[in-house]
Amino acid sequence: MAETVWLFIGLLGVLTLASAIATMLTWKSRRTADVLPSTLVNLNSRIKAWWIMIGGISVAFLFGKHGVIFLFAFVSFASLREYVTLTHTRRGDHRILIGMFLVIIPIQYYLLWIEWYGLYSIFVPVYCFLAMPALTAISGDTERFLERVSEQQWGIMLSVYCISHVPALLTLHIPGFEGKGLLLIAFLIVTVQGSDVLQYVFGKLFGKHKVAPKISPSKTWEGLIGGIISASLLGASLAWLTPFTVAQAGLMAGLACIMGFFGGLVASAIKRDRGVKDWGHMIEGHGGMLDRADSLIFAAPVFFHIVRYFWIP
Amino acid sequence: MTFKAMMRRTCAMLLAGLARGVTGVRPIWQGCSPSDRQRIYFANHCSHGDFILLSSSLPPRERERTRAVAGADYWKRNRLRHILAKDLLNTVLVDRNWIERSDDPMVIMLAALEQGSSLIVFPEGTRNMTDEPLLRFRSGLYNLALARPDVELVPCWIENMSRVLPKGAFLPVPLLCRVVFGTPVALEPNEDRKDFLNRARQSLLDLSPEQQKVLNHG
Repeated sequence: MAETVWLFIGLLGVLTLASAIATMLTWKSRRTADVLPSTLVNLNSRIKAWWIMIGGISVAFLFGKHGVIFLFAFVSFASLREYVTLTHTRRGDHRILIGMFLVIIPIQYYLLWIEWYGLYSIFVPVYCFLAMPALTAISGDTERFLERVSEQQWGIMLSVYCISHVPALLTLHIPGFEGKGLLLIAFLIVTVQGSDVLQYVFGKLFGKHKVAPKISPSKTWEGLIGGIISASLLGASLAWLTPFTVAQAGLMAGLACIMGFFGGLVASAIKRDRGVKDWGHMIEGHGGMLDRADSLIFAAPVFFHIVRYFWIP
Repeated sequence: MTFKAMMRRTCAMLLAGLARGVTGVRPIWQGCSPSDRQRIYFANHCSHGDFILLSSSLPPRERERTRAVAGADYWKRNRLRHILAKDLLNTVLVDRNWIERSDDPMVIMLAALEQGSSLIVFPEGTRNMTDEPLLRFRSGLYNLALARPDVELVPCWIENMSRVLPKGAFLPVPLLCRVVFGTPVALEPNEDRKDFLNRARQSLLDLSPEQQKVLNHG
């Protein structure tokens, strides 16, 4: 348990430091100008939201495995809601849509709860992916059929299947690391979200060459490389949370960050396609749940399977 | 406070909480701000959830005095509906049927305004099941504007509710909704009924996402 305590002391320290810096910048800017620059307003609300998010995650951690499962079921719910809002749905899809929220999410997380790996890893990509188009076909409305079905499936994949691989880490019983699954989750969240912040910081400071100018003006090579290197170092320094050696922890963190980068890029492409800037407004300063979870969505399943392959005998 | 008033308040709070939980509804005060002025909110109508969504978007004090105008022919069809509409939701029930009705809807709506209530009206007269974004407006809105020029007429576009709870569906799909409040419309001197209704309809239509996209991109 000592690790958990140190982890939260560390997080509190980082957040307090961030708040202190933001307060100082705000105070300085207030003296010279009447109106705060929008970057600073955004920074303030982002930091405030971080306090709330870390608070929420801490409460879930206090309740252990079940708390974390409920937390991520909620993240899935909020993400799926934002996603489906942006898709094309027709009257005939009503039942399927309700099923996505009221059947698929509970079943997927229940399977995690009872740790049935054989089913939770194929429930969505096998059973749901076959059942959903079948039910849509029964409803009889074939207008834009392929488009509707694919959008629904991709939504379930992103918001339910991929996200559920974060709490799925708790179902891995690594020899010599029993009962410490929560720390592995904390490691994944801290490195992926940390890399988001670090990429943002490096991008703001040194960003020049855009990775994909058509998709996102804020993603630069300088931000990406700086973010990945610094997040790998962050991961290496957090090796004590994990069953990994220092070098392994750095590599795993680097990999999670690269996946996270792709997650953010894909999310940006979807948003651009639909002509919106943010997925929603749930988290002040950040946008919606998916704006915060997009990197985790891509990182979690890959992280999970690598741990499972190399660390489970 | 009477028992009935307490029931009403609890019910309103529960429904507003439910609406927020399911749809995360956000008010967008685009053309006006929340205020204490007596108002008539007129909105597009696709779903039973519309009036709950709209009233949840209002500040609590305004919500408490705002009553929705609903079709008596529908809400009096059985006892349960009648109790729901009259006692719990505190709706203003008006008869839409021209031939059989005994009470004049205008008299009932004006009486509610006289008591200081704000009203929610759906000028299309029924839930819109067509592919058209908005049906033709009935004349009630014009008559209200004529009788009470002191009450503000606020157009409110309810977004996505037809997808959350379409006609005939029992369970709502959780999707994000918004209610966009536009600039109040007032009856101009010598403006005739048809012109006014068209103008009011257009002001509501201008708030729809499709129309806003056109307006934003030139």
